[in-house]
Amino acid sequence: MEVPVVLEQIELRVKGLNFYYSGVVHALKQINLPIYSNQVTALIGPSGCGKTTLLRCFNRMHDLYPGNRYEGEIYFVKDNILSPETDLISLRSRIGMVFQKPTPFPMSIFDNIAYGLKLKGIKKRLELSERVEKALVHAALWEEVKDKLNASAYDLSGGQQQRLVIARALAVDPEVLLFDEPTSALDPISTAKIEELTATLKKEVTIIIVTHNMQQAARISDRTGFMMLGELIEFGITNRIFTAPSEKLTEDYVTGRFG
Amino acid sequence: MTIVQKRKIEGTIALTFSTLAAFLGLFWLVFILGDVLVHGMKALNLNLFINDPAPAGVEGGGLRNAFVGQLLITLFATVIGVPVGVLGGTFLAEYARGRMIARMISILADIMVSVPSIVIGTFIYAALVRPVGHFNGWAGSIALAIIMVPVVLRTTEDMLSLVPWTLREAAFALGAPYYKVITQIVYRGAATGILTGILLSIARVAGETAPLLFTSFNNSFYSVNMNQPISSLTVTIFQYAMGPYDSWHEQAWAAAFVITIFILILTITGRLIIKWRYR
Repeated sequence: MEVPVVLEQIELRVKGLNFYYSGVVHALKQINLPIYSNQVTALIGPSGCGKTTLLRCFNRMHDLYPGNRYEGEIYFVKDNILSPETDLISLRSRIGMVFQKPTPFPMSIFDNIAYGLKLKGIKKRLELSERVEKALVHAALWEEVKDKLNASAYDLSGGQQQRLVIARALAVDPEVLLFDEPTSALDPISTAKIEELTATLKKEVTIIIVTHNMQQAARISDRTGFMMLGELIEFGITNRIFTAPSEKLTEDYVTGRFG
Repeated sequence: MTIVQKRKIEGTIALTFSTLAAFLGLFWLVFILGDVLVHGMKALNLNLFINDPAPAGVEGGGLRNAFVGQLLITLFATVIGVPVGVLGGTFLAEYARGRMIARMISILADIMVSVPSIVIGTFIYAALVRPVGHFNGWAGSIALAIIMVPVVLRTTEDMLSLVPWTLREAAFALGAPYYKVITQIVYRGAATGILTGILLSIARVAGETAPLLFTSFNNSFYSVNMNQPISSLTVTIFQYAMGPYDSWHEQAWAAAFVITIFILILTITGRLIIKWRYR
């Protein structure tokens, strides 16, 4: 039997969340979900189920496109981040995001990591170097790039680029990291490296990961939410979701009967 | 005749005609360039660059006034036209992306690209020469700038649209405000493309004559005063080529040679940058 975690804190609480694309497409329906601190929460489900849509609610990425509408609340510690008063710039520096394809900026490795720090107003060269190194060490990339920090980030391999992007997100000391299928464009070895990374990172940050790969969810997450057609069908401890789901749909999905 | 044979014959005919057409086009291009090179090289000498024109009919003299005037007019046209074009393209690709107004401006800019330059010249004549009472360099620069703007604007818009959206999202996800996303990330990603567009637009206007005839006109004396008529290579070529003196004709050839080489270099640099960036 799994020993229950004694002190579980809730980092984010989703309450009655509905989301509409362009004001009409009802993409998320009445989602209720707790995200626990310092855990990895996986969101799984068939294509188009709304898992990425849900993930992008946590840093209000949908606000970039006109007509999108949220209903309900997402509490981040105490504040409802869906409220119009939320300062998106500070929200996004507290909740970082890593995308499906690596997104290095067209600049040097060093400048990529320093970018978020500079946005926060850190200008001292010494402090920048320290924090860049710390972030790269954290993302298990330091050893590979320490001699070529001034090289273009595009010179790195896909897997290295993805760890660079994770380092960039970590550099600003976020409380939460959102991973949107971070390994789907990577080879198995790079994937394994990033999976290992999530295990060490969760000591410091809360991670929410969207994944198409059920084995990955089973390997790295503490809690799993199964979604379908915009609804959260089931949510619980990962082990239980994969071995003894209470919903028939979940069981059918995790056993590979559809999806 | 079998179907296969028929197709082969059709193929040969199509190949022959398209090759002929290509060579016909190339022939005139090489002819013109060759002519300019041969005549131009002969007339080219240092005096051309350091002396001002001799009185009409007198041998000797140079075209210093025209080189300097051309440089000034093109420089100020670039200083005016490039920022307007780049910022306008940014507005279309970023702030107004997907909106009706962006599409309308894009289409208008495309039409502007093909408006005959003499129309722009006469327009500026009415707007900036008549009211002042005399031809002036600024009017020339502004006329050229107006020709540049749609070119730069459209290239900027296209180049910015090529920058993947995920790159912008990644910057937003770090908490960057939109203007910083544009200036620090998107411009960087599109820099070579935009630069190429700027170079090609300079090449485009550097060879314009019609708009300058109505605006900056010409000046036989050395002048750097943009408030007065100012000489340019293209207008000088036009006047000298039409003039009665052999020495004028020779200098016109030399000027044509210099401006052709200048435009060739700009264009080739532009193309090379594209090739180097998008290989």
